[in-house]
Amino acid sequence: MMLRPVLAALGLALALALPARAEVEIQEVKTPGGLTAWLVEDHGLPFVSLELQFRGGTSLDAPGKRGAIYLMTGLIEEGTGDMDSRAFAEARDALAASFLFDSGADTLSVSARMLTENRDAAVDLLRQALTAPRFDQDAVDRVREQVLSGLRSDEKDPEAIAPRLFDTLAFGDHPYATPGKGTIDSVAALTRDDIFAAHKATLARDRVMIGAAGDITAADLATLLDILLGGLPETGAPLPPPAPWTLPPGLTVQDFPSPQSVVFFGHRGIRRDDPDFFAAFILNEVIGGGRFSARLMREVREKRGLTYGIGTYLVPMDLGEMVLGQFSASNDKVAQAIEVVRAEWARIATEGVTEQELAETKTYLTGSYPLRFSGNGPIANILVGMQLDALPLDYVNTRNAKVEAVTMDEVKRVASRLFQPQALHFVVVGQPEGLPGTP
Amino acid sequence: MPLRRLLLVCLAAVLPLRPALAETVSTFTLDNGLEVVVIEDHRAPVAVQMIWYKVGAADEPPGKSGIAHFLEHLMFKGTEKIPPNAFSALVEAQGGDDNAFTSWDYTAYFQRIAADRLDMVMEMEADRMRNLRLTEDDVATERQVILEERAQRTDSDPGALLGEQMRAAQYLNGPYGIPIIGWRHEIEALNREDALDYYRRFYAPNNAFLVIAGDVTPDAVKALAEKHYGPIPPSEGLAPRLRPQEPPHRAERRLVLSDERVSDPYIYRSYLAPERDAGAQKDAAALSILAELLGGDGQTSVLARALQFDRQIAVYTSAFYDGTSIDDTSFGIYIVPAPGISLAIAETALDETLARFLEEGPDPAAFDRIRTQILAAEIYGKDNAQGLANMYGEELAIGLSIEDIQSYDEVLMTVTLDDVKAVAARVLNRDNAVTGWLRAPEGDGATEAATDRGLPMPPAQEILE
Repeated sequence: MMLRPVLAALGLALALALPARAEVEIQEVKTPGGLTAWLVEDHGLPFVSLELQFRGGTSLDAPGKRGAIYLMTGLIEEGTGDMDSRAFAEARDALAASFLFDSGADTLSVSARMLTENRDAAVDLLRQALTAPRFDQDAVDRVREQVLSGLRSDEKDPEAIAPRLFDTLAFGDHPYATPGKGTIDSVAALTRDDIFAAHKATLARDRVMIGAAGDITAADLATLLDILLGGLPETGAPLPPPAPWTLPPGLTVQDFPSPQSVVFFGHRGIRRDDPDFFAAFILNEVIGGGRFSARLMREVREKRGLTYGIGTYLVPMDLGEMVLGQFSASNDKVAQAIEVVRAEWARIATEGVTEQELAETKTYLTGSYPLRFSGNGPIANILVGMQLDALPLDYVNTRNAKVEAVTMDEVKRVASRLFQPQALHFVVVGQPEGLPGTP
Repeated sequence: MPLRRLLLVCLAAVLPLRPALAETVSTFTLDNGLEVVVIEDHRAPVAVQMIWYKVGAADEPPGKSGIAHFLEHLMFKGTEKIPPNAFSALVEAQGGDDNAFTSWDYTAYFQRIAADRLDMVMEMEADRMRNLRLTEDDVATERQVILEERAQRTDSDPGALLGEQMRAAQYLNGPYGIPIIGWRHEIEALNREDALDYYRRFYAPNNAFLVIAGDVTPDAVKALAEKHYGPIPPSEGLAPRLRPQEPPHRAERRLVLSDERVSDPYIYRSYLAPERDAGAQKDAAALSILAELLGGDGQTSVLARALQFDRQIAVYTSAFYDGTSIDDTSFGIYIVPAPGISLAIAETALDETLARFLEEGPDPAAFDRIRTQILAAEIYGKDNAQGLANMYGEELAIGLSIEDIQSYDEVLMTVTLDDVKAVAARVLNRDNAVTGWLRAPEGDGATEAATDRGLPMPPAQEILE
């Protein structure tokens, strides 16, 4: 089982891959059993990548059972039928197949890679794990200790403390407010029955998005999927309601003994289906996209040497949306870095971007997008991302035109809507100097 | 179960995806000595350019630790043609991205971009091989960035600090004990002249090679390479990379790092180990398989079975080895004890497990599964052109030939159970080893049942810009 990256939400933002090069031909596959999948067929290499994502993820944890779905995800590979965890791993490795299971705030994901020569056997193995996991008590206890070790580690890791604090402030009593991994107390109290309940709540056919890429035909994929997922229940637990937004403007400092302070900052964001989303996406690229030429990288790193790296992200989750930024700076420099961020936030809100910035960002976004299709696994992942965002099948062919269509007027209007300098909240974990309320 | 995503990625490197791909790889050398490798992958209209300089942190002058990496940052500052700090912006404005990384044995720069824009990035990369312009201000600001980088990657992370101390103890005589990013007091003193001296000495076409991967043809790449890199004259007086060698190690070294930021304590053991050499890769191949057997898979590996399943000594174990190195490398083992298990008990259990493995040798069934995966990796690996470019780059940079690189799968497949047993007996010797304990300070209420912040991660082999 794999643990989440520092901030699940950031992973979602980055996974929001705007598709794809024009030559990518996506087929919609409907199975006799009633499932729908998207497929990019490519017989160049004798394997297929399969991505399944079940909407809901760790937000489906039952009250008082925080961390159950995360722990359950780690237990899917720990034995099924007459195989214990070792027998399962040996069978998987003998087929040279790879199965990864992960859960985040909005989805539980299964990423599989299978050779054509033994695909039926690999599918059968994965089917057993997904539909009939054993969840043996000794496995529950062993994996629980690994999760607890990770949670203890997070308590002493400023890069884990800062986003957790931010989420607590931002999302009231919603599941988004607490880590999907759970807390030390909640995880310690989970029972084997809780794990079975978490499995039943999450892995259901009514919420699965499916992407496949590689050496498989549409007909074979349909057959494969009905075998793989036919034994799962039709429905799972209902999704929680949208998250409230409770983040006040301001500054929160948490003391931590370190030469640097870790800073998370942001405010409420924009939904993926908002008509202004493309303009917002371009604006985020200009101020803090993951590039050296973004404004904040220039102002905070390149001109002033205050940090090694700074980035901002649109984080449109299913039930709430944020604009987030992140950096680390030495304790004696962090106050200055925050001032620069505030100034840049105000500047882009009032001035928008220059003609040149808009043009360069459009070239970057349209030109870089084939780079995302770098193999069967990434393509399968993108296919699922498109379905999660309810994008149409032909989005691949219209996406660049949508980027190109964004105008200066639109950018300016959306800049003043998206960037709210007075709403910014900075969470600082470290021993910063010169901030209000610090020595 | 693997403990964390990053770790999984790193462990995958134990047995890297290694398609031989002879059919799609071609090479040639320009008159000025620049070697060029072309890897064709026509599935997407994208190309990767990587220039690899055969120089890294292990080639730095004494007292100038960090200069290789410092110069790598400064290479983005500009030339007569490229305005200050515009290098990345120019690439990005064409829809590409770029970065660079420094290791002990090499320094590499890369761009990923639409294949029809290769001409532009080649012109830019060739330009900065010789025409870098640096101001005192550039250098002063970038030094601050690098000190922040060091603070973030190393000084804020007790696990990274332990790793740094352990390398320094592992190498008695060679330069691999110096951190790539540099010791803080030496970074603080690096200046513009240090950077330019190093640049003028080492950045030359006959001390570099070019890897181009993606939707390209060898003929077109050759024409572009001759146009842009061809006119650059070679440097004279480049010495062979003969570094001080390790003497026999006769005494084990033990370190304890106490840090209040540690939650779960752990043990990291590092053994001096042979590397891959041109025409002699068998030991390294056997060590790769040994790492996979001992600590590759979270359910089936020897350490996981003995210490996590048969007995509840550990919550996590792993073993790793990277033989891509000019001089002696290391073989590493991590173990995170279970709550209530002291570091001493965990270490004893680890050594008992290793002793039993040395006596009994590998399980043939496990060995067969690894061979299956080596073969499958040839298929999976072809799916990632940039990964291939990286593999060729790293391996050429340490002095292997194309033939060595393309025959390594065969070498892996010729390794026998006895080879693994023999190399294990030679390398897993505590006289060669450094054992590090990371823990919270005693008496602050944090017991050994409570924890370290950094997940044990194999040490970084290289750092990005």
